[in-house]
Amino acid sequence: MLAALQCFIASLGLGSLPMKRSCWTLLALAALAALASARTLVAAEAPLEPPIPGEAEEAAERVGSTADHSQFGVLEGPFESGQEVTQACLSCHTEAAEQVQRSIHWTWRYEQPETGQALGKRNVVNNLCIGLAGNYPRCTSCHTGYGWEDADFDFSAEERVDCLVCHDTTGEYVKLPTGAGHPPYEDTESQGKTFEAPDLAHVAQNVGETSLETCGSCHFEGGGGDAVKHGDLDSSLLDPPRSLDVHMSEAGGGFSCSDCHAFSGHIQGGSRYHVSMPDYEDSPLAAHPQDKPACVACHGSEPHEPGLHDKLNAHGELIACQTCHVPEIARGGLSTKTVWDWSEAGRMGPDGGRIVERNEQGRVVYDSKKGSFEWAEDYAPTYRWFNGEVSYTLVGDTIDPAGEVPLNRPLGGPDEAGSKIWPFKVIYGRQPYDAGNDHLVVPKLFGSEGEDAAYWRSYDWDRAIRAGMAEARAIGQTDADYSGDYGFIDTRMYWPVNHMVAPAEESVACGECHSPGGRMAGVAGVYVPGEDGHPLIERIGWAAVGLTLLATLLHGGLRYYLYRRQRRGGGHNEAERGS
Amino acid sequence: MVRIFTRFEIFWHWTQAVLIFGLLLTGLELHGSYALLGFGPAFAVHIVLAWALIGLWVFAIFWHLTTGEWRQYVPTGSGLARMAAYYTYGIFSGEAKPFVKTRSAKHNPLQRLAYFVFKAAIAPALWVSGLLLLSYNLWEGSWLSGPLTLAVVAGVHVTAALALIVFLIAHVYMAATTGSPWYEYLRAMVTGYDCEEGECLPRRR
Repeated sequence: MLAALQCFIASLGLGSLPMKRSCWTLLALAALAALASARTLVAAEAPLEPPIPGEAEEAAERVGSTADHSQFGVLEGPFESGQEVTQACLSCHTEAAEQVQRSIHWTWRYEQPETGQALGKRNVVNNLCIGLAGNYPRCTSCHTGYGWEDADFDFSAEERVDCLVCHDTTGEYVKLPTGAGHPPYEDTESQGKTFEAPDLAHVAQNVGETSLETCGSCHFEGGGGDAVKHGDLDSSLLDPPRSLDVHMSEAGGGFSCSDCHAFSGHIQGGSRYHVSMPDYEDSPLAAHPQDKPACVACHGSEPHEPGLHDKLNAHGELIACQTCHVPEIARGGLSTKTVWDWSEAGRMGPDGGRIVERNEQGRVVYDSKKGSFEWAEDYAPTYRWFNGEVSYTLVGDTIDPAGEVPLNRPLGGPDEAGSKIWPFKVIYGRQPYDAGNDHLVVPKLFGSEGEDAAYWRSYDWDRAIRAGMAEARAIGQTDADYSGDYGFIDTRMYWPVNHMVAPAEESVACGECHSPGGRMAGVAGVYVPGEDGHPLIERIGWAAVGLTLLATLLHGGLRYYLYRRQRRGGGHNEAERGS
Repeated sequence: MVRIFTRFEIFWHWTQAVLIFGLLLTGLELHGSYALLGFGPAFAVHIVLAWALIGLWVFAIFWHLTTGEWRQYVPTGSGLARMAAYYTYGIFSGEAKPFVKTRSAKHNPLQRLAYFVFKAAIAPALWVSGLLLLSYNLWEGSWLSGPLTLAVVAGVHVTAALALIVFLIAHVYMAATTGSPWYEYLRAMVTGYDCEEGECLPRRR
């Protein structure tokens, strides 16, 4: 207090002492304290801004839209099909279908500007169910359209756009897994489950904004089931605890997918074919909404408290936010697929019937139709340099069947400006290929009634590949022919990990990378203190340390021994030396 | 007894000793030699200690320059061989140390050389490489990062740290046990006072 008083006197210019720096701090603190106590006083005596009763509730109930869809005559129904609903939607939203038809959700086509590759679901090959061609009704159950059943689908038909799959708020609108994008129009059995036909009029009258549920109905189910493909997107995100996803949790940001994947004219931000990596050197805080879903769009490029050394912000120049803030893959309690071996498919039970084997979690580990699988949950990602561009191995590209074929590769490297270390989920596969031409192939797996070439009907790879490749040519995926000779190759595919962002306190700890054998062990071109070393320097250095220690011990030991011997030898030696 | 070390030197020596041992321990943890605090906390402690030591050194350099005491650390060739011979033979046979510590010459020729190497090579190598490691983002991508990679700078830091360990082992052994009585120099570094010639026991082992 005395110090504060002195400061106060000095500040008034009364004292002869100049103001000290600590004085300013002290005075500022005192002023703050005075302000705070004054506010408390005012608040206690006469609240200036009394809370309006029910304000929060009213805000929650406030209608977010200027239109109540249940009052539109055109939506009264009844509707026989999805297309009829779409036509009703388009009677007001005249441009909506055209917008959707420009989006990747509709085209399943993406021209990668840097590599020039034609990508998108219709072109790429993965090591899950491999490819679209020939498998339409199964794959296109997640197409934002109705009836993509073959290569002749009319992509310009506006009434074929599915509005409801994204804008349903009732949860009743469900697509049939093998329905080429259609919902069941009558209750239907599929894969042992009953799919109830939705009341399309009811669904249409209750449309609204997209939600975790609508996006998740496809994106959580990638690869044929919940959590199979991505590892960072599954149904655990529907109502996640804060520890699982700090953005999506009600206890955290309470976000919807589109808060980050912002849409404009039905085109969303964010693509795994071309990951945007904006960087602002001079933007510690400011928001750049146009750069969503990049983390820096909201958090800026220096989101960490500088603290003593500002090393966390410095890390951001070389390391993606996700590398630390998505600590593990599949953290929500659902395991994700890590290995898919198609070469094991076709093994039948003693009765000649299909075998399905499950692990203790109920996950399928063998299926006669699909081969064998491995699963993992809550495990560390694989880290790679990445500049946002991904190069794919496409059907028709020559491959080396002796090695592990990368179906895609994150581009970038340690010496390339803009590249950062990113986390990836890697799926390993063993899948059929054209052994005569050394090409990837797209086999026809799914077959409707009578399509016996499909592998899941005849268990004949040769027929399935022949049929699949014919479809691949028909859809313009490739010009390559099938040589008639097939084999199996090992493959690897990278999936960028971006979701399930943990709260800061649960992100990857420093020592996870900065320790011998740490997480960056396999990443080239970066020296990680604590993980990397200098073997030669260490060997020589520690040998020198050891020798010095040994020398001092010998030296000291000898002195001590001589000293004891002299003591035992009596005083005359000492007297002699002392003289 | 006669005063050999000033109160500043005593303060400087022991503060430096604490800081250096703290830096060494946290540094070895950062290096991955063992795990105790965890990398993050160890790094924070390392940085705080490093800044404190740099501050102390800046002040000590100023003190040495203004007092002229820097001359105590200029190596000299004469007497080096006799000191070496003393430590390899004479110390065992009970010979008198061929050097008398005085206020104007506190260090024997061997000490002068060792401290000079520490001050002129090991310490600056640690300072410079450490500051470069700390400021990596400021020079990464500039002309400096042509010859200097993170691995090179870290290599210098590690080399200098290992040399420091060698120095420390030898220094602690010789400074703490080779006086007469054996703790003579240790006492001098604590109290500032050392024996005048013939004042202390002539036991020298």
